[in-house]
Amino acid sequence: MYNETVMDHFQNPRNVGEIDDASGVGEIGNVVCGDILRVYIKVKDETLDDVKYMTFGCGAAVASGSMLTTLAKGKTIEEAKKLTNKDVAKALGGLPAHKLHCSNLAADALHKAIDDWLSKTGKGDKPDGEK
Amino acid sequence: MRKVYLDHAGTTPLNPEVYSLMCEFMKNTFGNPSSIHSFGREAKKWVDKARRQVAELIGAEAGEIIFTSGGTEADNLAIIGAAAARRKKGNHIITSSIEHPAVLNTCKHLAKNGFDVTFLPVDHYGLVEPEQLRREIRPETILISIMHANNEIGTIEPVKEIAAVAREHGVLFHTDAVQSAGKIPVDVNALGVDLLTLSSHKIYGPKGVGALYKRKKVRLHPVVFGGGQEGNARSGTENTIGIVGFGKAAEIAARDLDSEFERTGKLRDKLIRGIEERISDVRYNGHPERRLPHIVNFSFSYVEGESMLLSLDMKGIAASSGSACSSSALKPSHVLTAIGLPYELVHGSLRMTLGRMNDEADIDYVLDVLPGIIAKLRSFSPLANKLTV
Repeated sequence: MYNETVMDHFQNPRNVGEIDDASGVGEIGNVVCGDILRVYIKVKDETLDDVKYMTFGCGAAVASGSMLTTLAKGKTIEEAKKLTNKDVAKALGGLPAHKLHCSNLAADALHKAIDDWLSKTGKGDKPDGEK
Repeated sequence: MRKVYLDHAGTTPLNPEVYSLMCEFMKNTFGNPSSIHSFGREAKKWVDKARRQVAELIGAEAGEIIFTSGGTEADNLAIIGAAAARRKKGNHIITSSIEHPAVLNTCKHLAKNGFDVTFLPVDHYGLVEPEQLRREIRPETILISIMHANNEIGTIEPVKEIAAVAREHGVLFHTDAVQSAGKIPVDVNALGVDLLTLSSHKIYGPKGVGALYKRKKVRLHPVVFGGGQEGNARSGTENTIGIVGFGKAAEIAARDLDSEFERTGKLRDKLIRGIEERISDVRYNGHPERRLPHIVNFSFSYVEGESMLLSLDMKGIAASSGSACSSSALKPSHVLTAIGLPYELVHGSLRMTLGRMNDEADIDYVLDVLPGIIAKLRSFSPLANKLTV
């Protein structure tokens, strides 16, 4: 069902955990559908100095959180905003079709974490066209 | 790596004795049981024997067994066949909310086609309450279908009491005994049922064959039309190879019922005790006493089922879950929802079903591996509030 890359990230998830003094936190999903993914970011000089995640979810959710945090780490805020769920799935070498819409939401959680940081720092006042 | 199969309620491997007999049969006998000639008569002899073997497993007469393509078709035949035959008497059907989809979706189909269906709730053990069922019976009630034992949580329903209520009101009673037959005693007369569903591949027989027990004089309309085989109840040339295997599997199930009941029950108790001793924040799903010897269902707080299944599979352990993510329909288990579990615990459910492939060392291995898997998944679960380290 899952390819080797996905299984590797499921078995050895990168960047799991919480950031105690996170600059921003974003959460996506709900218990009804069965997947919850929370992303923590630490911003330094407009760059993602650290990214961690926690998840209650299936193999695809665990792996997409792992890949998303791997991709996002070290990126500037502007670069990170452009990361999409599609990028994550692609970097994982693909996910089963029925998992794409429900368990591949890590980038959305990252964007929420960035929004959280922007609003906390007062930088998010300007309208942000991107979702 | 050790392989531990804990999905016997999903399906079972072919018993070697069944395999040998099927090979012998298919090598030598190909006739159509409906044919007059010696080839046909030879095939019919084998099918008749299998019919007796299946009948004996449930205390029925051979003439009351209708072979089908499996449990699902038998459920369809029982419900659609009975509803059609009794349509003039009424249009009301009663079933439970925790039936197998083969019953549930058949009833839903009828509900869209002029029938009125009551889906009875169950208590938090998964039990149907016979007196509550009695209150739902109306003059136009024509059929009641309540499973003998549940396939997800193993709860054994008070089928004898329900059958008595049905009989008192002149309502036909069907039970799906796919999970219970061959695991606990099933006797159609002691239970007082009119229709009962069986499946071969849950009792170490081949897939693609099952049976419906139909009490003499109960009328059913067919759902498969054709040459009138199986007493006109199920047309189509018999799946002779499958039927021969099913018969042998039924014979063995009856022969070994007591010893397997005791052996499996001990493994079940050891598994349940071990999980409760080793892992915190768990919930046992099902009834503490009225239960099958082979089904164990637990919910583990803060973790999701598919992740558990993948982690177990990497350790060679095969199990199943009621989580939405692990079902092809992406829907959480209707059974666990009906017994009142919150979504989080439905998604965090794990079903382990025991059988002939298991011994004590298997249980030790599972108890050795499972706590670590749960701990790892909890370590990065956002629901496990500060459970970290």
